[in-house]
Amino acid sequence: MAQQLNQYLRRIPVWAVWLAGAIPLGLLLWDIFTGGLGVEPVRDIEHRLGRTALYFLIATLAVTPLLRITRISLMRFRRALGLISFSYAVLHVASWISMEMGFLWAQMLTDVVKRPYLIFGMSAFVLLLALAVTSNDLSIRRMGGAGWRRLHKLVYPAVLLVSMHWIWALKLWEPKPLAILGAILLLLAVRIVIPRPLGLKKPRALQN
Amino acid sequence: SLALSGKASALSTDEKPNSLEEITNYNNFYEFGTGKEDPARNAGSLTTDPWSVEIGGLVDRPGSYSVADLAPENALEERIYRLRCVEAWSMVIPWIGVPLASVLQKVGVQPGAKFVAFETLVRPEEMPGQKRAILDWPYREGLRIDEAMHPLAILATGLYSDPLPNQNGAPIRLVVPWKYGFKSIKSVVRITLTDRRPACTWQDLQPSEYGFYANVNPEVDHPRWSQASERRIGAGLFGGRQETLMFNGYADQVASLYAGMDLAKNY
Repeated sequence: MAQQLNQYLRRIPVWAVWLAGAIPLGLLLWDIFTGGLGVEPVRDIEHRLGRTALYFLIATLAVTPLLRITRISLMRFRRALGLISFSYAVLHVASWISMEMGFLWAQMLTDVVKRPYLIFGMSAFVLLLALAVTSNDLSIRRMGGAGWRRLHKLVYPAVLLVSMHWIWALKLWEPKPLAILGAILLLLAVRIVIPRPLGLKKPRALQN
Repeated sequence: SLALSGKASALSTDEKPNSLEEITNYNNFYEFGTGKEDPARNAGSLTTDPWSVEIGGLVDRPGSYSVADLAPENALEERIYRLRCVEAWSMVIPWIGVPLASVLQKVGVQPGAKFVAFETLVRPEEMPGQKRAILDWPYREGLRIDEAMHPLAILATGLYSDPLPNQNGAPIRLVVPWKYGFKSIKSVVRITLTDRRPACTWQDLQPSEYGFYANVNPEVDHPRWSQASERRIGAGLFGGRQETLMFNGYADQVASLYAGMDLAKNY
């Protein structure tokens, strides 16, 4: 069944994933222009962009566990998912700089080095930036597969920092960001517990 | 419900008030949920009539008082105040109410009273947020007696020309405009005069982040975010930020209450 599904998936062009990735932005713009965001749109815009970035990052991280557990391969779409996530992260940071902080550069700079939730968020953003600019075939060729893979393991600390950024920005322990952290930890744990596709024998070279 | 009107007051700001829509759709009232829109969505079910406020402790005339006892129509004043939330946003709100001092004088404060403690209603069947122990219910707040007697501190029963909407703390709430909003406890059912500093909900939850005084102070940051500036609700997408003023702009009236105190320590 997985094989058949993979055959269908192969027919989906990558641009279709980009198109789907634009839907949350389209809905947000719709809400902005139809007054659907209530009396305080800034917070909603900023938070929705940030949450969408995180959800796409989690989708990126789910590709490997999905492959290992079900043999369903979304590998072809992983780069697009990661870049869509980063695009939302850029919009999230841009909304913070412009709408939330009103370009108060001095306060932003002191806040970014002083406030834990901003330290977490900004470090994650810098890590994701490094991954986004190397998410192309040229970078893989230049860095070599092994080096590129090593660099892209930074997605693990990045996603944990994003999750902490959300939790630390709130006044209480809210269930939603905690559940998201749980999902992230689960996805990371699956990588360790299931190191290769289920049912696939350990490769000979690794057996002692 | 009947319209309310209050005498104009020299203590009002001449800044333009936020719209009723803004004031009633962006609230922190965790008894009805932690989202800003939750109170508007969930507070409609709260029964606010009948209502009584138990006043006790170090007072001459303890007892159960109705809203009309405490805030009779002929004593109502309009107070247009800035409100600064600890989350670094602000509004301007036209309250209708009575000076807290007038209520305290009515019940007779005994000389030993040093603090005033307040409690919000606990009624989980009408306040769905109370079904989870996100805060230690009932919500509690307190003031030093001289803060409580200050003419700026009021008990509000109305907003614009209407009785207080439920999501804003109906039928009677505290408003202390020089302190962060969480001090201005909503839907008050108990007022106790006491000789010791009362427990306060946010302070108990996280004492390093929320102090007893909670005076608006741009120089003392919340440990996790700056308090130097604020965003005015309703300013639009690119309305920017404005500087936060010492004591929320009420320094001339209230700074003397804290003369000689280290405000970085007594935050």
